[in-house]
Amino acid sequence: MDSILRVENLSKSYLSGDSSLTVLKNIQFDVAPGSKMAIVGPSGSGKTTLLGLCAGLDKASTGDIQLHGSSLASLNEDQRAAIRNEYVGFIFQNFQLIPTLTALENVMVPLELQGKSGAEEVAQELLTRVGLGDRYHHYPSQLSGGEQQRVALARAFSNRPRILFADEPTGNLDEETSAQVEELMFELNQEAGTTLIIVTHDPELAEKTDRIIRLKGGEIVSDSAA
Amino acid sequence: MSDLSPQQNKRNSLAWAFKMAYRDSRRSRSRLILFTGSIILGVAALVAINTFGDNLRKDIDEQSKELLGADLVVQSNQAFTDSANILMEDFEGPSSDEYAFSSMVLFPKTGDTRAVQVRAIEKGFPFFGKFETVPESAGLEFRDQKKALVDQTLMMQYNAKVGDSIKIGNVVFEIAGKLLQVPGQVQMMSMVYAPVYIPMQYLDKTSLIKKGSRVTYKRYFSLGENTPSEEALEEMRPRFRELRLRYDTVEERRDDFGDAFEGLTRFLNLVAFAALLLGCVGVANSVHVYIKDKLSTVAILRCLGAEGGSTFSMYLIQILFMGLVGSLLGALLGSGLQVILPMILREFLPISASSDISLPAMGEGIAVGMGIAVLFALLPLLAIRRVSPLMTLRASSNTGSGSRDIWNWLVVLGIGLFIWGFAYLQIGEIQESLVFVGAMALGFLILAGAAYGVMFLLKRFFPRNWSFVFRQSIANLFRPNNQTLIMVVAIGMGTALITTLFFMQGMLVKNIALSDQGQRPDMVVYDAAPEDVPEITKLMDTYDFPVVQDVPLVTMQLVEWKGRSRRELLKDTTRSVPRGGTLNREYRVTFRDSIIDSEEVVKGKWIGEIKNPEDSIFISVEEGFAQRSLKVDIGDEVVFDVSGLKLKTYIGSFRKVDFQRVQTNFIVLFPKGVLEEAPQFRVLITKTNSNENSAKFQRALAENYPDVSVIDLALILKVGKEILEKVSFVIQFMGFFSISIGLLVLIGSVINSKYQRIRESVLLRTLGGSRRKILMINAWEYIFLGFLAAITGILLALAASWALAEFSFEIEYAPDLAPAIAILIGIIVLTVGIGMLNIQGIMGKSPLEVLRKEI
Repeated sequence: MDSILRVENLSKSYLSGDSSLTVLKNIQFDVAPGSKMAIVGPSGSGKTTLLGLCAGLDKASTGDIQLHGSSLASLNEDQRAAIRNEYVGFIFQNFQLIPTLTALENVMVPLELQGKSGAEEVAQELLTRVGLGDRYHHYPSQLSGGEQQRVALARAFSNRPRILFADEPTGNLDEETSAQVEELMFELNQEAGTTLIIVTHDPELAEKTDRIIRLKGGEIVSDSAA
Repeated sequence: MSDLSPQQNKRNSLAWAFKMAYRDSRRSRSRLILFTGSIILGVAALVAINTFGDNLRKDIDEQSKELLGADLVVQSNQAFTDSANILMEDFEGPSSDEYAFSSMVLFPKTGDTRAVQVRAIEKGFPFFGKFETVPESAGLEFRDQKKALVDQTLMMQYNAKVGDSIKIGNVVFEIAGKLLQVPGQVQMMSMVYAPVYIPMQYLDKTSLIKKGSRVTYKRYFSLGENTPSEEALEEMRPRFRELRLRYDTVEERRDDFGDAFEGLTRFLNLVAFAALLLGCVGVANSVHVYIKDKLSTVAILRCLGAEGGSTFSMYLIQILFMGLVGSLLGALLGSGLQVILPMILREFLPISASSDISLPAMGEGIAVGMGIAVLFALLPLLAIRRVSPLMTLRASSNTGSGSRDIWNWLVVLGIGLFIWGFAYLQIGEIQESLVFVGAMALGFLILAGAAYGVMFLLKRFFPRNWSFVFRQSIANLFRPNNQTLIMVVAIGMGTALITTLFFMQGMLVKNIALSDQGQRPDMVVYDAAPEDVPEITKLMDTYDFPVVQDVPLVTMQLVEWKGRSRRELLKDTTRSVPRGGTLNREYRVTFRDSIIDSEEVVKGKWIGEIKNPEDSIFISVEEGFAQRSLKVDIGDEVVFDVSGLKLKTYIGSFRKVDFQRVQTNFIVLFPKGVLEEAPQFRVLITKTNSNENSAKFQRALAENYPDVSVIDLALILKVGKEILEKVSFVIQFMGFFSISIGLLVLIGSVINSKYQRIRESVLLRTLGGSRRKILMINAWEYIFLGFLAAITGILLALAASWALAEFSFEIEYAPDLAPAIAILIGIIVLTVGIGMLNIQGIMGKSPLEVLRKEI
């Protein structure tokens, strides 16, 4: 497979009252398997919208996205969910852990959704790997921000995704914790050989990837090696 | 993609949904308990009523022979003729006669007198069941001696004891025992017609039965295997009618009681169902708020690859489980509470009602509770299907409008059909059950309309110059996430139900009490022989009682109708001729030359006097009776038999009669100049001036004219009030469920609002708002909400009770606002109290603690 993610002539518009608001215009790029890429740009430039579309969380207005060889435009929401479950991992700025599940259960969810056995062992292994071997049965509200993001990291890698989307992964963390989480994220990524796409405001984090796409006003203004 | 087969996938999804439903519920169970609470009470009400109904059906079946005390009873308003005796010879088996009539009795110990129903009974009756008496042996003992069984309420009222004397006519009987229950008699009726049983062999000595006395003659038969079949009796029916006899069988009595109580349990069932529906509004609200909080979890799960169906199933399983737990607990509670119903209703029941647990009633309660709870919960639950995984990135991504979702409309339709189906099963009439659904829907719509109206007006005319606290609290009523709609609907409906009950109870009591006021007559002396009237009037004079009315009363029978004989008509089964009841009844008529103020001629012309004996006699008939029972029009010919003399009359006019007035009102009215010489009784109506004089007069009357009876309206009013109080208690029992559910919904709504309002309160504190200010904002919001909900409910109750008073009870509409004001204040205090308790827990914590926890 030449590219794990192919974006072709992608546009996204929203209806705002009677008028149409275009947030992404004619976006086009390819991502090679195993590569690390950052999407940067000012607030409102369309970064998060682009990430959502690439991960199959939303549908494009025009154009297409090929994720791991599947054209997302032709799939319905449940089919896209199956793709996400199989090939995609996520890390969010606000962690997005399920508050009613323990750390261990949060990590187990993607594997359980696949119906695979041994979810608990995999989850325990990953939580130990991120340094939370003694916090399996804690609920998110009993964990600090950094710990929550480490649980999210463990969850993101639990289904051994081919591609990991990270939306401002350190945006809610202090400098020291951010550094720890970044390090862990790149390590895990390295070990699993996962393709990594990060949306960030942080130029230092972006510099740690292989390639940076800059967005402004919904358009790609530059696409260069980091 | 997944390498599992579609079946494996489906199984896996379901197993995952169950697992997640369990995990997710662990931290939310206290919130789901609110949802369960309404279901528990609603189902408990249904199960209690259904169990009572089931037990009653079973008891009626088991004790059916005791409903009659015999296999067959034949009854007549005239002494059994030779022909009647010959006819009854066909029934082979022991029999027992009973003659029943009204009479005054005197308690010599105290000198008190009272009108009672004397029943002279032969040995034998009851053939099934027994007289329940204190002492127990009195039921058998009294029959051989000069002893009487006296109704327990009567003994209590006059402080009579077993062994005391009671004078009936010319005979003084010893009271053998206190009568608790007679087979087939409803205890409540004894409050109106207190029964006194005496042995038949002493009847003549009382000298109470004279020619023309109103006596009901009954012959009870114990026939065992010789009991004639329904068909055989049906064949004999024309002969019975001809002889003016009626019969009653165990089956008929059982069906009659069954029908009457079936109606009662169905009515109570609908009241319970209405309470359950109210609870379901609370369910919908609780689930709505619960699901709203869960939307982010759903978005995360969708993002991680969960299918829409799986996440929907996960929450549906939670709701189903809570619905099941609620329904099961409700069924248990209802089965426990139903033991109260036979106790409350004991005096209305002709049998001893049991209080066994009914599994079918529990099953129905659980099914109805589950069904309706899940349907109501589905409305907010459907939003889960519309959650976009994009919400994980943007919290503002909404779930889309439910109004475009076809499933929403299907669920609404399902709710409508479920309610209609339940009502139809209870009522059995398509149209009436539609009226029930329509009335419920109208009630909800009016309340919802009021809530929206108030929100619109507050927004439109927002008091910008008011203080910050008031502006905030008023704005909370229409801001997003407001509780106005749900509070007004739920609390308003509960208030409306309970206030309507209070209004109706008050009006019915007032209606009875009205008759007790001012210069209205309060005593009726009846069955007075014309020759005794001058002396009785003189006696009245000594006590200064004016004769308000002196009305002659002539009894007669119908013998011809529009030229056809009664015998011929009895054989005609078409609906165009009068039925047996109308043809066989005894007509008690009066004559006078004018129309009195409680009546009005609505058709034809009233001719008050017949001057020439050859003139045609034009009588006046009560409008409803003329059209529905006698089936006559102006000019039709009707012939009566007055003591053997045939009297041809023509229908001259129809009158509308207000039977609720304390006056002698008659269905058939003759003009002057016809019946003056006929055998007659007189009815004297008077107004007493003191209880003491009233008692003295009654005593003197009973001593001198034992066959003359007195109706003391004060006593009747007292009895009427007592009956009403007992009926009210039954209704209040059901009202208890409504108000409890209303309270639960109130608590649920207030606690739900905590989750919606807490961030605002905390932010205000963070921005420097004092604790007192925030408490005041919340307090005023709850005061406004409580007031709005209660006042809308009370207004609805005013409208509903007006409709009931006007169209159903036909009584004067004069609601007593005192209980309504008490309810209004009570609801406001409760709302504010619960609201303040709720917010208090949060006020004790630091803003940071709350913000970090993201409650």
